[in-house]
Order: sequence, then structure tokens, then C-alpha cells
Amino acid sequence: MDQVVRGKPLVEGEAAGLALWSDQPLSFWGGYDQDTGEIIDRRHPLSGKIASRRVLVIPHTKGSSTTTAVLLESVRRGKAPAAVITTGVASFVVLAAIVAEELYGRNFPVVQIEPADFDTLESGQWLSIKRDGVIEVSPGPQTDSFP
Amino acid sequence: MKLSEFDRACLDGDLGDASQFAMSILVRMGEIQDAAEMIDITRAHIDSTLYQGEATLEFAERLAGMGAKVVVPTTLNVSGVDERGWQEWAVPPEWAEKAHRQMLAYQSMGTVPTWTCAPYQLADKPAFGEQIAWGESNAVCFANSVLGARTILYPDLLDACAAITGRVPAVGLHLDENRAGQVLLELVNLPEELQRDDGFPPVLGHLLGSIAGERVPVIDGLTVELTEDQLKAVCAGAATSGCVSLFHIIGQTPEAPSRESAFRGRDPEDRHRFTIQDLRRARAELDTAAGEKLDMVVLGSPHFSLAEFRKLAPLLAGRQRNPDVQFLVTTSRAMRALAGEAGLLQPLEAFGGKVTVDTCILTTPMLFPETRRLMTNSAKYAYYSPGLLDVEVAFGNMADCVRSAVEGKVRVDDSLWEG
Repeated sequence: MDQVVRGKPLVEGEAAGLALWSDQPLSFWGGYDQDTGEIIDRRHPLSGKIASRRVLVIPHTKGSSTTTAVLLESVRRGKAPAAVITTGVASFVVLAAIVAEELYGRNFPVVQIEPADFDTLESGQWLSIKRDGVIEVSPGPQTDSFP
Repeated sequence: MKLSEFDRACLDGDLGDASQFAMSILVRMGEIQDAAEMIDITRAHIDSTLYQGEATLEFAERLAGMGAKVVVPTTLNVSGVDERGWQEWAVPPEWAEKAHRQMLAYQSMGTVPTWTCAPYQLADKPAFGEQIAWGESNAVCFANSVLGARTILYPDLLDACAAITGRVPAVGLHLDENRAGQVLLELVNLPEELQRDDGFPPVLGHLLGSIAGERVPVIDGLTVELTEDQLKAVCAGAATSGCVSLFHIIGQTPEAPSRESAFRGRDPEDRHRFTIQDLRRARAELDTAAGEKLDMVVLGSPHFSLAEFRKLAPLLAGRQRNPDVQFLVTTSRAMRALAGEAGLLQPLEAFGGKVTVDTCILTTPMLFPETRRLMTNSAKYAYYSPGLLDVEVAFGNMADCVRSAVEGKVRVDDSLWEG
């Protein structure tokens, strides 16, 4: 393990996955394909990357009110991120996780971290999230297949 | 978080299952956002009407099945289908059927079926200082910035919960102290002719959103008073490229008679100066067209207003679209009816144009697969179409769009931008 980041669990849960990191905010509506988990905002640095089952690390959401609906549908289809880490109170993401739990009995953890910790994370790391908001950071697998 | 007797009664289920379900979500969200209390709202605008798949339909039908009724006047945002016009387009019948079920579910709650992303164009709109719960990012930005009403950007699903209970957590832009400007954008030496053009405010909005992020931007240096449609276009651009839910324009918007009032006596955290060159760069970002052969022109995001129909009609008079170019205006039933009464639909029909209501090209799968290159004067259409529809988009003003539809090729007059 490289380091440990202590965050605040906005929605509690455990998850692990490869980090997909960007310092640019994202609108899930118009920016996230709920069928595939691909980032489809063609102006976003993560455009073309697959966020499904990965830990998506972004500062906050932007744009549409429908971000929550897209995330909820992606949970239903099994194409949601494994977890979402943000620096703000990502209320759109939190709401999607809460309603997903209500409707489908499954959710994904949402963790808020400090901007200074945010800057230490990068795409390709392996992030393991604990119920109390602790994030264990390890080197990711060396692979060419990371889209 | 402090709860009222009413809030507790809802949580205890005394007012029925729907109020209990809605209040439990509102309270959980309020606690996560560290709200001190819940407050009353006087109206709501529900964005959850957008059909996004089984999940949004299940949510709507579950609420409706619990007998949910709204307790404040509530308008409805665009839906996933033009209820009576979808057959003319490529909308799959199964999509239309489910999107329509979602429309019926929200209508059953005692809402006003306005089906528009521009509820501020309706006769009854929020007043200054009114606490409201609106979804739809452009509408929220307009309500806060232009009308001076108080709302955060409500996510889908939470807007419905607010309408059913009439209560929301007191957070963000509901509170005066969070409405102060934070970032100053000074516009330097912009030609007045450019400031009056409909191609200018979408670009200004796009730039505003990219710079401001989550902060409240303040614009100084506009020498022309923007029209309602221009302000709408700034809102749509800024709420799309960023998450601007409130901006101030010094001397124009209601909370900004002066720089001091816009910043509520504080200093800006950040200052930027923008010239026409910076705006030109922002304008170029909106345009992703790699060729000039045009398949479709789309106007009306946010929904076209009566004033825009009035501006469009003389541009179309005596002309015909190129047969290979579709020409579409997206609007609300209310604006279409008013435009019809005013004789403004006839020139559009004669030109070969069509009108879609209730929805828009981004929220219903209406485009035919051969449509590869669009043109628009909307920053919102320009931003989202490449990702959502996998098409190229050319950006121009309304006159450019009409001329391009006639010639069948993207034609943009850059003279106003050369300055």
C-alpha cells in the first residue's frame, strides 16, 4: 500500500477498483453512457474512458439535473462506477446512491476528500474504500488494457 | 437538522406513504449537506419527467402508486417524448410508450403539464425572493439570476420529493449569504453590435461556466442591456459548461445594481479580463463540425420563446430550406400556441420547417441515423450533441442557421467577431 487517505463517507460502503481521476467536473447526463459506463463528454479529459466498476475521482459534478437519473439507471444496468470520490458534497451522486439502495437494494459508496488529498491521487492506482471513508491507495496493475 | 412538526408527521407516515418516502430522502440529503433546518417552498419545477430508462419510470410510478400529490403549484420539465408528434420521427414505439407512462405518472400528481425547460416563459413565474425548488439547470440559473428567486439546482428525483412535501433543506442559494459574487469577469471593449447579437450570449455563457466552476460569477463591462432570450442563452451556456446556478450582471440583474451589491461588500476571490479574442476562442470550442455539408438545423434549447418565433419569421420569409436539410424548432405547447395565434408558424411551415414540443433532440431519440451534422445557435445543443447523439455540430447565430439551411452547407458570418 502506498498511502491512506481519510475521507468523509457521504454514502457508506465498501468498494475497490482502479482509479479514474480528473480535475475537471463532469455532467453524467450527456457525459456518461449508462449502457456502457463510457465517459462521453467529448470535451472532457476522460472522454472515451470506461468508468463502470472503477473508482471515479472528480472534484464535483456539473451541468444537468438529470445526472442523478443517469447514475441511477447505470446502477440498475450494472454499469455504475464502483465508487465515486469528490472534493465537494456531491449531492447528485449521493442522491443516486440513496435512491438506488431504496429501489434496487444496491448502492455505491460516495466519499468526500480534502482537495490536498485529491491532488495526490491519479488514474491507474488501485483504491480500496472502507465503510468509515478510509481509502487505501496501492499501485495499480501494470497493464496496457486500461482504456 | 431542526425538523418541524410537519416534517416529523411526514416522516412518521401520518400524511401517507408518498410524503413519508419523500421526506425521508429530503432529510437524509439535508443532513449530508449540513442543513440547519427545513424551509417552505411556494412552487416547484420537476425535471424528473425526463425518461432515462426503467429506473426513472419505476421511480415515477412508485410515487404515483403511493398516491403522491404535489402540495405547491408545480410545473413539469421536458419529457422523453413529444406526446402527439413522435411518429413523424425516428422514436422507437417502445421508448414512446414508456416515456409516455412517465408523463402520465407525473401528471397524476396534480401538476401542471407544461412540458418545458423554460418555465420562466410562462405567464405565472416566480417573484423576487421567492423560495422555490426547481430542477433543470438553465431554468434554475434563470430563476436565481434573472428573477431573483431562491433555488438550488435540484437533482432529478429530489425535485419531486420537494413538490410532494413543500419542504426543502435550507442550503446553498436558498440562503442570502451564499448569493454573493465570487469571481469577477470584466468584458473589455466588446462591440455593441456583437452584444446585441443572438450568437453572443451562448458564447458568453459557455465561457462563464468554464471559468466559474461552482462559484458565483459577476459580469461587468456589458454596455447593452441583454434581452430575456439573451439572458436565457447565457444561463444555458453557463449551466452546461460549468455548474453556474447564479450569476450577476452589474447594472442588469436584480441583485447587482452595483459591484458592491453583487459581491455583497466583499472582494472578488478572482478576477478575469476578457476581450473579443477570448470570446472567439470560446466560440470555437462550441463548434465541432469538420465539414460543411449540413443535415439539420435545430433551434430552441432552451425552448424557443414567442419573441424568438417573431425574430425567426422574417428571416424565413420567401425562402425554402434545402431539401437535404431538416429544419426544426423545439418549444413548449404554450409557445407554439401563441406563435400560431400570432401567425408566426405559417412562415416556418412554408420554409419547410417543423416544430417539436414537450421534449428536445437531446431527451428523445428522434433523429434519423443519417443525420450526421447539425447546426444550432444554442450552446446547450452544441455542447451535448457530440456525446449524446454522436453527431458533429456547427455553431452560428440564427441568421447563419437559416442561411445554412437554405444553402445546404454550413455558412457562418464572422464579421461581428472580427472586432
